[in-house]
Formats: sequence, C-alpha cells, structure tokens
Amino acid sequence: MNFKHKFVFLFPGLFVLIGILIFPIIFTIRLSLSGWNSYTPEMNFIGITNYIRLFTDDPRFWESFFRLSFLSVTTVILQYVIGFALAMMVWREIKFKRFFRVIFLVPMMTTPVIMTVIWRTFFHESLGPVNDLLSGLGVKPILWLSDPVIAKFTVIIVEVWQWTPFMFLLLLAGLLSLPKEPFLAAAIDGASPFRKFVYVTFPLMAPISIGAIIIRLIEASKIMDTVFVLTSGGPGTATETSSFYIYIKGLREFQMGYAATLSFTYLVIMIISLTIIAKVLTKLMIKE
Amino acid sequence: MKTIKTCVTALISALLVFSPVAYADKWSDQFPHIKATGDIPGDCSYESMSKKNYKGKTLKINTHAVPVMGEPTALHAEQFAKLTGAKVDVTHTPAGDLYAKAMVPFQAGQAPYDIVFGFSNFINDWRRYLEPVPKKYVEMKQMKDVTPSHIGVASWDGVMYQFPVDGDRHYLKYRKDVIDNPEYQKQYKEATGKELRVPQTWKEYGEMAAYFNNWDWDGDGEKEYGSAEVMKKDDLMYAAFYSRSAAYSKNPKTPGGFFFDLETMKPLINNPGFVEALTDWVEATKYVPPGGINFGLGDEIGSFGGGQTLFSFSWDDAFVAAMQPDSPINNKVGAAQLPGAMKVWNRKTNSWDEGFNQAPFFVWGWAVGVAKKSKEKEMAFDYLCFFANEANHQADIGIGRFGVNPFRNDDFKVDVWTQIGWDKDIAQSYVDTLAQMEQSKNRVFPLRVPGTFEFNAALATAAAKALAGQLSPQAALDEAAKQWEDILNRVGKDNVRKAYAVGVAMEDNKQ
Repeated sequence: MNFKHKFVFLFPGLFVLIGILIFPIIFTIRLSLSGWNSYTPEMNFIGITNYIRLFTDDPRFWESFFRLSFLSVTTVILQYVIGFALAMMVWREIKFKRFFRVIFLVPMMTTPVIMTVIWRTFFHESLGPVNDLLSGLGVKPILWLSDPVIAKFTVIIVEVWQWTPFMFLLLLAGLLSLPKEPFLAAAIDGASPFRKFVYVTFPLMAPISIGAIIIRLIEASKIMDTVFVLTSGGPGTATETSSFYIYIKGLREFQMGYAATLSFTYLVIMIISLTIIAKVLTKLMIKE
Repeated sequence: MKTIKTCVTALISALLVFSPVAYADKWSDQFPHIKATGDIPGDCSYESMSKKNYKGKTLKINTHAVPVMGEPTALHAEQFAKLTGAKVDVTHTPAGDLYAKAMVPFQAGQAPYDIVFGFSNFINDWRRYLEPVPKKYVEMKQMKDVTPSHIGVASWDGVMYQFPVDGDRHYLKYRKDVIDNPEYQKQYKEATGKELRVPQTWKEYGEMAAYFNNWDWDGDGEKEYGSAEVMKKDDLMYAAFYSRSAAYSKNPKTPGGFFFDLETMKPLINNPGFVEALTDWVEATKYVPPGGINFGLGDEIGSFGGGQTLFSFSWDDAFVAAMQPDSPINNKVGAAQLPGAMKVWNRKTNSWDEGFNQAPFFVWGWAVGVAKKSKEKEMAFDYLCFFANEANHQADIGIGRFGVNPFRNDDFKVDVWTQIGWDKDIAQSYVDTLAQMEQSKNRVFPLRVPGTFEFNAALATAAAKALAGQLSPQAALDEAAKQWEDILNRVGKDNVRKAYAVGVAMEDNKQ
C-alpha cells in the first residue's frame, strides 16, 4: 500500500471530524467576532468587542459561572458518595440484588424535563405535597423555590436524584471488574471491612472513580433543563447557570454574536479547569 | 285585503328576522364552537370560506403551546381545513421560543411557516420579514370594528403588519364578594380605620392585600392570600412591573416618553417613580401565596381564577377564567382599572406632582403575521381573517384559556357577556373598565424598538433581583438603566429613538 492509499482510508474519518467538530468550533469563533443580533442579522466583523464586553462589563456571566461551579461540584461529590455506597451495597451478596440494581437505575432512565416538572410540583410551596407533609409533622413550610439559598439546594436535590444512578452504574461496573486476589490477601491478613475499603477497594477503584467524576463533571457543568424547568434561574438570578445564561442571551435576546463569545469562552474555561481537576484527582487518588 | 297584506308583511318580516338564525344553524350544527351565535355573515364567515377551494395546498402555522392561543389556532385550523379543503399543519411552541423560532429562518431567508404567532412588541424586529396585511382585509367590515388603539398596536408607520386577533391591556381583578361584603367592610374599618373599596391606589391595594393575606376569608377551609402577580423572571414579569410603574411615572404634564426621554434618550426606568413602584412590588412579596415570587402567567391565572387570592392584575384571561361557569368564583369577581397613585414623578421639575394619577397600560398582546417569503399568502390571510371572524371571535373571547381578549368596539357591549352567563353588573364593570382605558388620554403603550427583548430582559432581571432581595429597588433599577444605556449604544441611539417616537406619538395622543 503506498502513501496515497493511506489517505484514501483516512479521508472519511477526517471529513466527519472536520464536519462535526472542527467546523462548528471555527464557526462559533467567527460568530463570536460578529455583532449578529435581531437588528443586525449579519456576520459583520467587530473584532474582539464582544470579548471586551465579557471581560469588563458582564458580571452576570461570571456570577453564573461561579454558581455553576458550586452546583456541579456539590452535586458530583454527593452523587459520587451516594453512588459508591449503593454500588458497594449491591456488590455484596444481598437479597433481591438484581431488583435493587434495576430500581437504582430508574431515575436515570426517566426524561429529565418531565421529572423536573414532577419535582417542581412536589416542591410547589402552596400546592405541593412536600410542604403539606411537613405541615402535617408540624414543620413550617419551606420556600423550596423562592428562597435564593434554598432554591440552589432544591436544584442539587433534583440533580442528585436524577444522576446518581449514572455514577452508581459506572462504579458498580468498576467494582465487578476488580481482581479478587487483593481482597483474598486482605482477608488472610485479617483486615477489617473499613481497612479493606480504605487500603484495597478505594485505591483499586481510583482510576474508574476519576473517570466517573470527570464524566459527571462535564455533564453537570452543562446543567440547563433542571434549572430551566424548576426555577428559570430564579428567584432573581439565584440559580442561573452559565448554560442557561448563554441560552437567554442567544435564543431569548437573540444576541447570537455575544452568545457565541460566551460559548467559546466557556468551552476554553471548561477544557482548562477539567484538565486541572483530572490532574489533581489523579495526584490525590492514585498512589504510585 | 288589509288582513292578507298584514299577514304577508309579518311573514316576510319573520323570514327576514329568522333567516340568519336558520342560516347560522346550518354551520353551527357542523361547528358547535359557534352554537351561541351561529355563523355571522361577513367576508370571512363560515359561509364565505366554504366557497374557497384550497384543496391540495398546505398551510403551515407556528403558534403558542396549548391552550393559550395554541388551542384556538388549532381549532380554527381544523375548521378552515374542513371548509376549504386545505391541509393545515400547526406547530406549537413555548412562549419564550416563539421569537427565535420565527427569527432564525427569517434571517436565513427561509419561510418554514406561512403564519407566525408572536407578541405585538415583536413588530419592529419582524416587520421586515412580514407581508403587510392586504388592503382588501384592512378595509373589511370586521377590521373596521377594531379599536384604534389595537389598529395602532398592529401597525407600524401606518402599515398593518400584524393581523388583529387579540386585544390586551392590564387591569385590576378583585373578589367582589369580599370587597362588597358589609361585614368585611366593617371589620376592615375597625382594624385599619380605612374604607374597604375597590383600591384606588397601589398603596390601598397593598394595605388591603396585606390585611386579607394568609387566612381563610371565604370559608372554604383553606387559607387565601392577598394578591397573585406575575413575578417570575423571563415569564412576562416586566409587563407586570410596567403596570405597577405607570401610575407613578406616566405624567400627563411631561409628554415625550415613559421608558426614555425621547429628546435625550436617557432611560427613565430608574427615576423615583419607577423606584417607588418597585418598592411597592418588593412589599407585595409578603402578601402573595407561598411560592408567589415564582408565579408565571399560568400560575397567576390559576391562582386568582381558582379563588386563592383577593386581587390580581394582568391580562383578561384570569378574569374570564374566573367567570366561566365551572369556576369556583363564577360571578364573584369584579374588574377595574389598574390602581393609580397619589403622586407622580415629574422629570422636568425633578420632583413629585401631588394628586391622583392613573395610567392604563396597553400591554402587547398576541399578534400574528404572514411571512413575506410564504408561497401561500392569500390562503394565510384568509385563515387569519377566518380565525378572527365575528362568530369565532365571539365564541373565543368567552373562553378564558384561549387567551383571545376584546379588541373590537362590539366587545364593549354588555350583552356580549351576559349572553354567556355573566351577571349584568359584572359585565357592566368589565366593559366599563375596558372602555375607560380606551378613552384614557394618559396611556402607556409597550416598548416596540429594536432590541426590545434585550431592554425588557435587562429590566426583568433587575426587578427579579430586587424581589429576591439580592439588590435594593434603587440599586436594581440603576443596574437596569446602565444596561439600557449599553444596549442603546450597541443598537444605536438614533435607531431606537426613531422607533420609540412611534409609540410616544400614540401615548401623547398625536396619532
């Protein structure tokens, strides 16, 4: 096979890569340098005006970004802890193991938007069953969606409920693939369950844990549907996340050029921060 | 001979009188939606449409989600298809996406929809992509009955781009069984030293709402609350804020702009009038139902229409929903103009003018146009004309969830409403309220300038921050004003001024 033939085989893959990955990114960069909006619907060139606006005059984007960081880190930590606990539970020989494995996966299989509508109904402050239940127990109604602080935790509850099964699934797959020998050795040495977990299970699970956490962080950082349906970013801007803010700028206010600037900046920040997080997690969790 | 003559005359008269009914029945049998009136003769009546033949053609419509406006669009599409043989495809879209769903193909030079529904304040951005309403429709009898304000809302520089199907304004709705109750009037007087009456000012509104908050005042075993309002950001809340601001900021002595000073184009939204309104509104968060700070329009309609609150103010839908026969508060509600204020800000003297001031807000309403690039323009306009024909319109305005509200002079007749079961005095208060607003010389019209969405969104975000306690009313509105300045610089002051002047001329009664 000569050199040219190799290219013939490479072209389809390259073409697809350029079409679905490179072109949209280049187009977004070009769009971010334009002032495309409802009253100037054209790909004009305005240089880095949008970037200057973002870095000097748009605190709302940065607030939404830090809020997103808080929400995604908190939800992923909770999902990891709960998901690991559930995976450990059904990894053992327990009764109805198969039943529990299926049940734990159900939230992930439901449609996020529909489930969020149901959660919103649950948390409805005057008509929802959660406050009714609390009143029955003599607890004052909680402002699940109207208090700026509590609303953030309501979003976290829904996200954790919806996506913990994903973490559970990955971690359970990891547990099932672990070699038996280190556990046998630990048992022979008379290690307690706690020491077995700390010195055997957890270190062995570290690579898959890092993978699961990074995958979930990538997904959690795009949180949009839950916020859109549950709170619309409110009260005020208390639950507004970056993706929701970009949606508002792009498809509500039709500032396409500026929304592209936000999207591209967000992409760059995410690539950098997730790379750093992955490095830090590797350093912390994997001992040479 | 005389007897025969009398009999013949009587027979002819009877035929003339009853023939429309017989004629109407022919159509109402097939289309029960219009059973109350039957078909009403006109250029776009059922009879006229049945003579059109659009077999083999397809009409594509993008409208709002069901039920508000989406349900009547689909219903009339089905009727239109049966009458003309056309195929009508209706797409339902959430309110927040209506603008973009039309705008993206518009800007790409495409017309995936022949007819696009939206709001009347889209007119400035959409008009270059819409076909002006042809003269033949503008001059039709049914169009001649549309009130001048709504012709104005549907037109730009004298050209009609949007086909009038809905008429909107904000007004006050209240529980008549409470406000007119002598027992409560006495109790309120003893507790506050003030009269319990239809609130004349926003301060009175707040006091009464606070008094009737969080206790069971209608004896149904559940707590009721003071007021249901649209407070959810991005869900039309800016319209509610403008309604609350009009009385404090629309000064008849200072023409030349409500949102901006037309001369300087300085945003006025952070002047003391608007700040006073926002301060009242922040106070209102204490007398809305739990979760009321997140109420969108649907929640507001459901809350007041379901008997949960004493007051509400927004579009007609909540009132009409409350007056439907299946409503728990049927014939227990009243309508009145939006409350006023005992002072109004004068931007020329930079001080308050003392004295009663009231200013109706003609909020944008549902609007619909035909895409310039549509290949089925004639059929599209026929559909819209049919949608708004007299029989359909009369049936539609009596159904709260349809979101079709009065915009014709005939709608301001009491009989239209008593025929559908409303008590006469309630119907009278309703039509009087609407008519007074039409006649007012101190009206506010919606902002219809390039970048309308950006201006309103900036204001809504700032107001939402104040309602959530993230910022003080003054700080929130200063933030919004700063953003309005930035938007003005981006869009171009002169572009905005030119467009804004059209609305100001209407407000200043020059058009």
